[in-house]
Amino acid sequence: MKRNKVQRSIANGLNTLSSNKIAKYAVYLSALVLFFVLILLPPIFGIIIKWNSIPTVLSQPNIVNGALGAIGNSFWVALLVSALDLVAGIPMAWLITRGKSRWLSVLDTLADIPFIVPTAALGYSLLLFWYKPQGLASLFGGSLISPGWLLVLLLHFTFSYPVVVRVLVGALLDYKMEYERASRTLGAVPFMAFRTVTSPIIKPSLIAAFVLSFARSLSETGATFIVAGLFQNGPVFLQTMKNNFTGGLVSQATYEGATVFASLILIVASCAIFAFIWILGPRFKFPFRGVWPGAERRLSYRKAAGSRNTVTLLVFFGIVLIPALFVALPAFQAVFTPILPAALSGSGIWGSYWQSLLISYLLGATVTVLGFLMGLPMAVLIARRKIGKTPSAVVDILVNVPLIVPSIALGASLSFFWAQSFPGMPELLLLIFAHLSITYPYIVKSMSAAFERVNLDMEEAARTLGAKPFSVFTTIVLPLTKYSILSGAIMAFTRSVSETGATVAVLSANSPFQTAPVVIVNWVKGVVTASSLEIGLGAGLLVLLSFVILFVLRLVTRGKGRY
Amino acid sequence: MPNIRVVNLTKKFGNVTALENISLEVHDQEYFSLLGPSGCGKTTLLRLIAGLIEPTSGEVWIGDKRVDKVPPEDREIGFVFQTFALFPHMSVWDNVLYGPKVKNFNLKEAETIGDEVLELVKLHERLDAYPSELSGGMMQRTAVARALAAGAKTLLLDEPLGQLDAKVRNEIRYEIRKMAKDLKLTAIHVTHDQSEAMSISDRIAVMKKGKIVQIGTPQELYMNPNSLFVAHFIGESNFMEGILTRAQDGAVEIELRGGFKVHAVSEKLRDEERVILAVRPEVVTMETGTVERENALAGTVEKITFEGTFMRYEIRLSSQDVVVVNRPSLTEEWIDVGRSVTLSFPPEKTHVFAYPEAGLSEEIAV
Repeated sequence: MKRNKVQRSIANGLNTLSSNKIAKYAVYLSALVLFFVLILLPPIFGIIIKWNSIPTVLSQPNIVNGALGAIGNSFWVALLVSALDLVAGIPMAWLITRGKSRWLSVLDTLADIPFIVPTAALGYSLLLFWYKPQGLASLFGGSLISPGWLLVLLLHFTFSYPVVVRVLVGALLDYKMEYERASRTLGAVPFMAFRTVTSPIIKPSLIAAFVLSFARSLSETGATFIVAGLFQNGPVFLQTMKNNFTGGLVSQATYEGATVFASLILIVASCAIFAFIWILGPRFKFPFRGVWPGAERRLSYRKAAGSRNTVTLLVFFGIVLIPALFVALPAFQAVFTPILPAALSGSGIWGSYWQSLLISYLLGATVTVLGFLMGLPMAVLIARRKIGKTPSAVVDILVNVPLIVPSIALGASLSFFWAQSFPGMPELLLLIFAHLSITYPYIVKSMSAAFERVNLDMEEAARTLGAKPFSVFTTIVLPLTKYSILSGAIMAFTRSVSETGATVAVLSANSPFQTAPVVIVNWVKGVVTASSLEIGLGAGLLVLLSFVILFVLRLVTRGKGRY
Repeated sequence: MPNIRVVNLTKKFGNVTALENISLEVHDQEYFSLLGPSGCGKTTLLRLIAGLIEPTSGEVWIGDKRVDKVPPEDREIGFVFQTFALFPHMSVWDNVLYGPKVKNFNLKEAETIGDEVLELVKLHERLDAYPSELSGGMMQRTAVARALAAGAKTLLLDEPLGQLDAKVRNEIRYEIRKMAKDLKLTAIHVTHDQSEAMSISDRIAVMKKGKIVQIGTPQELYMNPNSLFVAHFIGESNFMEGILTRAQDGAVEIELRGGFKVHAVSEKLRDEERVILAVRPEVVTMETGTVERENALAGTVEKITFEGTFMRYEIRLSSQDVVVVNRPSLTEEWIDVGRSVTLSFPPEKTHVFAYPEAGLSEEIAV
């Protein structure tokens, strides 16, 4: 009873405050300040601070060429992967949303799996499947695909495919079928209807899917490092530099110079490319002048649709799902060996494994909560254009920046900035800031998108019924958007648990705060000696835990969130 | 309950002036309508009164309190949205109790109020239903009940019947009026449907392009429209061009196109002026053949439409103008297409307007 009274008086206080314009703008202002001070500016200043170290590197052509080659590799891999993702993702999304089988909801869930598998475990899984003797290779009596660019390409395809499918499924579900039906009644065969009516309407989602998979591919570090072999892309180059530095192979000046040089080019090039896509994307028109009734008719009906679906499913199971989950095999084998009791008792390498797992999940939870608190006013500000139309739109774009910057470059420049400005800053805090930067855009984007979908009539109705702005927010806006917010939080959480590059960049070599993906990478790369069954079990447990979390959240959110 | 007053109210959206210098008083317990074509500013005016948007200049008064700086939640208004805006995540009961709850009433009191209003709108059986499970009419009644439960002293209705079927619409419009009257509320009802406004309003303000053209009871607007726009928008009118040849003591003589000389009444207009004569279709009498009458117009029946209660005839005059005539369909003999007829109408049932500078079609455009 007493607690109720306290709650009520707090709510009253907040309500009174929420009617106060000054208080309202103070909240928005602090959200903006936090965003600039903690997230946007530190990486930029980090690079400026270390500006002077670039000349050291420019005099070493082998490093400059290595960096440029690696960055070039990053971009062509990203481009190719994103294009392949769209080609494979569109028919999959189509099948999930338009197919009639009741198994499609299972397929829908399965498509999410590679997304929640931490990429380091995914990388190991792919390595096993395509390369190691116990994988697919055993059928061919040798290695099928050795570590190198092809395996990197397959890996990136595997982890970005679910993102593309998810975005496109969402777009196709929101899209009004009437347009397509109208097109059919006017004489278009299904393929033509999709090409001429549906795809132009969902174009923003197609662009978003492309951008997301492109950014994801540019950014991924841990798994790429596992499967890259001698092939280097930007993040692998940066990680190698770091390893060489901690191994005493290069001087600090060379390490810093190379890192700043490569990070700067990666950041500037990504920003330029994404600006280019954002500006030109909406102007890009599909060439829809011509129709080819004969060919499109053949592409539309039974046989063609059947073979299209078959190929789609083969790609999904053969290239995405089975390789992603292949790590379950050694994990399962390990269960019947003494490795399991050793793992459970935490002896040997397992002590640090369990600790890293705990750190990963605690870190994920912490940055998700912090991101939510910091991002909530920001999302309102963006969705309701609280600081004017143009400034709000500018903020909306700026929030994306950490999303498109390769995370290892982000982490490196971030650590330069904080190490320089606050030399005694605890490593843990640095780790939190780095993960916050990476996850913040996911949270803000999903919340602001959800708020935008709340009909303004609802809020106005609540106001006319006597609710103060704070009450309107807690009783109308939040309940209507909670499932979208939750899914944003899940994305942020899984992203944090998966992140390797930024973690490696901010942690010292013997840091006690090694996260699970870092530990797995170290095992696979032989930094810490572990048998293949041990690695399999470690990666498998990581996957299993991710499954449990996804399953629980699916249970919680099932069938809800759409009114 | 309170009267509502707006004084010199102006609202601009960027460069666009949505409302220009509007002044208006709605009396205590009056059922008042804002009527006009889409884009005339009627919804903007209602939202200004509710406080959902802020005026560029001018005052809004509810009772003896100036409210144009007061937020909507403190204005004691009930607003019914065109989309109903029922909260989809709450049942009927929770929607209705939302107002009392956010206003911190104690729960008992809130529930008593909820019971009362649901009784009033006859929705007691559906109080556990969610908005998506209700018919349009039920959603509409829930929206009204919710507004009433919040303690509204005035009811602001924005096209409240716009989303309902024609039959339901006709039933519910009288229900809303009766409810407002029983509860002694002041109500402002926005609509673009002139028959809806005519049938339920005590008074109507006809609006056009951000301004009020005329305010009056339905009868006044119908019988004495002050402009071509109102004559056209409320009911139906035949417009015929002519020159005023003689004006004396309020009686005028007009020479219409085609040489017809007719008599009408007008206080304001002078000789030689170009005018438009407005005659409602139902005041025109029609006889077959050529008959000597005052205000006679000769023509031929060109088209007949059966409209239920009346027959609608289109008569082409020898001047090539077309006049519409409505005659009772069941009590009068029908006249076939192609017959020659004589039309006539009493002078005192006509309206004469100066020819608008912008031209007739521009003046009456909606």
